[in-house]
Amino acid sequence: MSVLRFLRRVLVLALLLVLRRRRGRRQSAIPSETLVGLHTPTHVYVYTGTPAREPDLRAELLVLVLLGVGTVCAVAFVVVHALDRLPRQTQLLGLSLGLAFALFAAAAIVFGTRLVAQDEHEENYGPEEHEQDQAGVAHILDETGDRITRKRLLKLAAGGAAGALGVALLTPAVSLGPVLDVGALSRTPWRRGRGLVDRAGRPLRADDIEIGTFYTAFPAGASHDEIGSPLIVVRLEPAELDLPPGRKGWAPEGILAYSKICTHAGCAINLYRTPLFEPTAPRAALVCPCHYSTFDPARGAKVLFGPAGRPLPQLPLEIASGGALRAGGPFSGRIGPAWWGVRRS
Amino acid sequence: MRGGVVIGVAALACLAVPGVGAPEDPLVERGRNVYTASCVSCHGPEGQGVLSPTRGSGGIVGLGPPLRGVGARAADFYLRTGYMPLRDPSDQPRRQRPLLSDREIDAVAAYVGSLGGPPVPKPHPERGSLREGLELFTEYCAGCHQVVGEGGVVNGAVAPPLGRATAVQIAEAVRIGPYVMPRFSRRHISDRQLDSIVRYVQASQDPEDAGGWGIGHLGPVPEGMVAWLIAGSALVLVAVAIGKRLKEGDE
Repeated sequence: MSVLRFLRRVLVLALLLVLRRRRGRRQSAIPSETLVGLHTPTHVYVYTGTPAREPDLRAELLVLVLLGVGTVCAVAFVVVHALDRLPRQTQLLGLSLGLAFALFAAAAIVFGTRLVAQDEHEENYGPEEHEQDQAGVAHILDETGDRITRKRLLKLAAGGAAGALGVALLTPAVSLGPVLDVGALSRTPWRRGRGLVDRAGRPLRADDIEIGTFYTAFPAGASHDEIGSPLIVVRLEPAELDLPPGRKGWAPEGILAYSKICTHAGCAINLYRTPLFEPTAPRAALVCPCHYSTFDPARGAKVLFGPAGRPLPQLPLEIASGGALRAGGPFSGRIGPAWWGVRRS
Repeated sequence: MRGGVVIGVAALACLAVPGVGAPEDPLVERGRNVYTASCVSCHGPEGQGVLSPTRGSGGIVGLGPPLRGVGARAADFYLRTGYMPLRDPSDQPRRQRPLLSDREIDAVAAYVGSLGGPPVPKPHPERGSLREGLELFTEYCAGCHQVVGEGGVVNGAVAPPLGRATAVQIAEAVRIGPYVMPRFSRRHISDRQLDSIVRYVQASQDPEDAGGWGIGHLGPVPEGMVAWLIAGSALVLVAVAIGKRLKEGDE
């Protein structure tokens, strides 16, 4: 609550500041004597402010120092990001990037106020003759760089600062994972005969699977962490099933297994909409919590709604003689999210 | 094994035929009266349900599941959360102030319980583990209710926020699976695991803030709003103020 009050106070203060500035400005109109003018019937030139000024070496040095320290901060962001076990890493990341931005902003302010010529040129363009206008603009442009003595050094510092900031902003993308290894997106340990186990590694038995709830299953003896590993398993009444042609016997006793990875953005499907009393509630569906892609488990996970472009790949199931569930073959289609060409196929 | 089943069936039969042999409990009798006044148009005179829309007395269109076998557990949950009675059977039940008094709810729960089914559960969150509760909640509940229990949507239905759910109501909902929620049996989620889930939900109702502003503990959406609306407009104001000041200094 106190934070809210503080924020409100800051906002009110900022508003007051802006309003006061505006009022103050209205009073200080520019005295007409200081305007150096050139009048023709169709053109009005007005120059205000001072003409060419002396080079400002101190301002230049200040800009260079600000850019340099800012660059160090931006590089520090990359270093802190790379050192994974640093205590208070998040705070340090925020501090380094925030300081970099603040220092670059300060450099821009100093550069803009003390090094760039601040002459104003107001003009009314006439229907003809542009020579004099161009001369006026060219004069101002010539003047702009007058005050800078170490142009190349400044350019270098600005370039270095922009580069360091760019690298700092791109660094977090590295955490998204291996960039070039896309093989993991289509690898799956599911083969005919591989058993289904739960998170703790206990085999899933057909008798365990009840109607009206969902189970997460993993491949026995293979990594649980691969994108092609997790399954979502549900049981429906066998009479309700209407699987695509060629999937006869894929769902023994009405037990269905689909890849748990949504075919849109690769989130884990962990919503199972299952009506307690069918006449008054929406029908059963598997739903992805990220973008609400909705799949019909009774019809081979056909897409009912949402951005997913293709059904969830189905894994054919078998019940072993002991009652344990195992895969009856590979997935019906490509697992994993949509990317590049893989959207509908 | 088989003997156990026979005894179970016999016990169920005894429960399902109240008033045979033994005089009816006065609480059950009172519950039957309340039931007849408030529930019967949708759930039928003896809890057998109304399986297709039927226009009853007062023009109310009744449609509702049978209550035989749902037990005191379901009656207690639906009435104490205010889910029932429902104005329109096709609406999703939503949490509201219970229509019946506590004593009436006790009576109806006793009556529905007398038709057979499980009793009101007694969860022990103090025996559960918060860590296990978080894991289970993430796997089974967070898809709809969000990991902080603030609720959300499944398309076609609303997943309610859990801020006001009591321990008993949480335990009931996990077992019943109201509306389109999945239901989890003891084989799927044991009573001990359920204790952990209840403990986690209770922790999420009163989160320990390490400092800073929680912004409703909803995650990226309110955080983004704060960043864009408040911090963004503050930045614009500062930029405007700096611009004005510089212009003035120049003149």
